[in-house]
Parts: sequence; structure tokens; C-alpha cells
Amino acid sequence: MKTFDYARADSPEDAVAAAGDEDTYFIAGGTNLLDLMKLQVETPARLVDISRLDLNRIEDTDEGGLRIGALVANSDLAADQRVRDRYEVLSRALLAGASGQLRNKASTGGNLLQRTRCYYFYDTASRCNKREPGTGCDALEGFNRIHAVLGTSDHCIATHPGDMPVAMRALGAVIVTLKKDGDRRRIPIHDFYRLPGDTPHIETVLQPGELITHVELPPAPAGRQLYRKVRDRASYAFALVSVAGIVSVEDGRIASAALAFGGLGPMPWRDAAVEAALVGNAPSSAAFEAAADALLKDARGYGSNDFKLPLVRRTLIACLRDLTGDAA
Amino acid sequence: MQFTINGQSHQAEVDIRTSLLDLCREHLGLTGSKKGCDHGQCGACTMIVNGRRINSCLTLAVMHQDDDIVTIEGIGTPENLAPLQRAFVSHDAFQCGYCTPGQICSATAMIEEAKMGWPSHVSGTLDGGVTLDNEEISERMSGNICRCAAYPNIVDAIREVAGA
Repeated sequence: MKTFDYARADSPEDAVAAAGDEDTYFIAGGTNLLDLMKLQVETPARLVDISRLDLNRIEDTDEGGLRIGALVANSDLAADQRVRDRYEVLSRALLAGASGQLRNKASTGGNLLQRTRCYYFYDTASRCNKREPGTGCDALEGFNRIHAVLGTSDHCIATHPGDMPVAMRALGAVIVTLKKDGDRRRIPIHDFYRLPGDTPHIETVLQPGELITHVELPPAPAGRQLYRKVRDRASYAFALVSVAGIVSVEDGRIASAALAFGGLGPMPWRDAAVEAALVGNAPSSAAFEAAADALLKDARGYGSNDFKLPLVRRTLIACLRDLTGDAA
Repeated sequence: MQFTINGQSHQAEVDIRTSLLDLCREHLGLTGSKKGCDHGQCGACTMIVNGRRINSCLTLAVMHQDDDIVTIEGIGTPENLAPLQRAFVSHDAFQCGYCTPGQICSATAMIEEAKMGWPSHVSGTLDGGVTLDNEEISERMSGNICRCAAYPNIVDAIREVAGA
């Protein structure tokens, strides 16, 4: 690990005042950042420790939603009674991620910013446009079994590895930040992530020194919720494909649908066309196949990950059956 | 830097890069916690910090100066084994023993998580009332790898102390 300067921030204002250049990083749980620093994938010159800031509460909002402090640990968020009762998809996504030890340390804000597990991003002897812009991408023609099939570019086919952000995308979360100039921003998760294009090293719309302080959830949605994760082993593995689904059925027809996907793209994936293929229709195999067609319209495999196309089709259809079956 | 580990106060001057694991092993002589992968994948380094189990290899010592840290040395001693340690012995829940301190620290805190009603990935419902059967124990302990694959006996040992 390269050495660095360290400072502990006493307030969010302190933290953003100490940050702002691209070699200064915030550290909260540190479970992803320190891993990357040990491998010298990340080499920050300065760490600003935000782990003691007063951002670890979950509060009700006036609108009937929840306001989650950026430092709330994954395990606390998953276990919060309001989340369990009203946002099951979020609880389930969190519990499907990582291990008990990691969930106790990983923060809500940090989890949104989790970096890809692309092998070539981690291997500093490989070419990677995300790690070293302009060097090329060894994943394109390499071992790309875990890689993306949607939203890729010729410069990067890495996936976002998270579970929690997939549920938050389905829920329409809003990310609240504090900028270096003291202004606050409210960024819908829909606008938070960037596609790789020719700048895969820029993953979000956050500006240098901008600190995530909270994540807000809108009031609980109508209908059933589920999170289904398909992976190589039954626990403690990243998703090959995951689905966060929230669907309501009224009078025999799908009244609303929110579907987000992990393991498919460079960001938690959500496509309005998938939901449009469902809403207004009676639950049926034809409607579910149409939703899968819409999702996969622009999808492409890169060899080792071709299996993800039929896998996500089957997973989505199975989820839609569960979300709309019987009494729904 | 000032640390409280197993109820005792320690002073150490260490490189800013020092992990909590290396602080204990290399500077304070607390070598019970083991370094396996050093990347948060194996759980051999598990410690209990402020009541929560964490991977001590993936956190900086400097970030834990005011925390309450418990290592395997704080759980029990050869003369006075904790119930989980006795159960690991009686169930033959290890072969080489390298992962055992992490397994026991992890299980100690995991049992408390279950008592608080925290659900897991395999829980049928999210409404609490956790019963630590084999499936729940396996899921909740998945962050602790045993290369000798003593898993069936590890699960038995934990179930004897805490389970159904």
C-alpha cells in the first residue's frame, strides 16, 4: 500500500473542506477502498475519515418515506424494522450481499460507490481503461464471464457489483449530497450513475469533494416486492444476475411495475420499456416474455458471458410469476 | 495512538497504513487473530468491535482509537474456555485450526445478531424470531472460510451453544 495523509473530519462541512482534489478520498467503512489500496489499484494521497460523522440514523420523512444517513451500516439498514416492513426488496438485497462481517462495516453511501469486480480492473498488470484511462480493455476479449451485457462500450464492459443499489434503483431513491461550496444536491438514483462511454473511470455524477450525506426513499410502493440473486455459490458471492422487483396487480391487470437489475450493466439497470411492456396487461407468459424482450433488445454478450442473456430472461419471468401469482 | 483491546489500554506508534489486524499481531503481541487472505474474503481475522464482528484486515487501526475491541484472547483462555470454544473442541470443529479464532469471534457476535432478531438471506420472513438451524448458521457464517472443510462440525458446535 502506498502511504497517505490521514485526517478525521468532525462534521460534513469539515469533510468537504478537506476534500476536493482527485487524490483525496473519503473513507467510511473502507471495506472496498482499503482492499483496492492494498493492491495499489487505488493510491490516494490523502484520506478524510468520515466514519465518526453524525450520519448514522434512519429517520421518517414528512412525505412518509425514510431518510437514511450515509454512514448507516448495511446490517443496520437491513435489520431496521421500517425497512423490513415497508421496503422488503431493500432488506432482501442487503442480506443477499457480502458477509456478516462486511455488512457490519460497509456504509450506505460507500455501497453506492462500490467499484467493479472486473478481474482486469483488479490486476494492475492488465490493461484497464477504468483503472488507467487510455490503456485499453483486456476484458473485451478475455475472461468476461462476470461482465456486462447492457450499457457497455468499446472501452469498458465492467459491471456494477452491488445489490443494495439495485433495490434502491427499483425504489426510486434520491441521493442527497453536500458540495464543496456548501450547496446541497438531491440526485435521483436514475441520474446518479454514468455509462462508461469513453470515460469508464468516471462512474457517477458526483463532483470532486462532493459528499453523500443521506439517501432518501419515497413512501413505500404498492404491491409485492422481491429481490432474487443468481450466483455461483449460495452465499457470499457477487450476482451473475439479480432482479429487484416491485409489482402491483389490480382487477387482474398489472397496475404498476418497478424492475431493476444487477449483474447486467455498468450501473444498477432499469429500463422504462420493460415496465411499459407489463403495465396495463394481465399477468401472462406473453407479457413476461415481452418484458424480457424489451430488456434484452440492445443486449450483447462478449463470449464467456453470453449465458447471461437466457439466464436473466428466465430469472425475470420467474420473478414476475412470483410477483403476480395467485392473490396478487 | 491509544487503543482499548479486551478491556486493556494499549499505546502504540504505528505506520498510518497499519490495519487493525496488523496492530494486534505485529505490535501488541495478540497473535490469536489470523491473517488469511488480508482482503476480507476468508474471515480468519474477525474481531468484535463495539459489539459487531468485522474483518480486522480491512480497517485501519487509526480509525479505531476510541473503540471497544475484542479479539479471541478476550473471549476465553486455555484455562477458562468460552462455551463456543468448548463446543469446538468437543465437536472436533477444526483440523489445522487456523480459521478457528475467526470462526469463534464471528459466531460469538453472530449469536447476538440472531438474538436481536436480525433476519438473514435464508430467513423465510423478515419478522424476526430467528431459529439458528443448520441453514441459518451456514448462511450467517459464510464470511468464515475453513480450508480443511470442517464445516459440518463447526455448524454442530455453534448449534449446540445457540441453536435449535
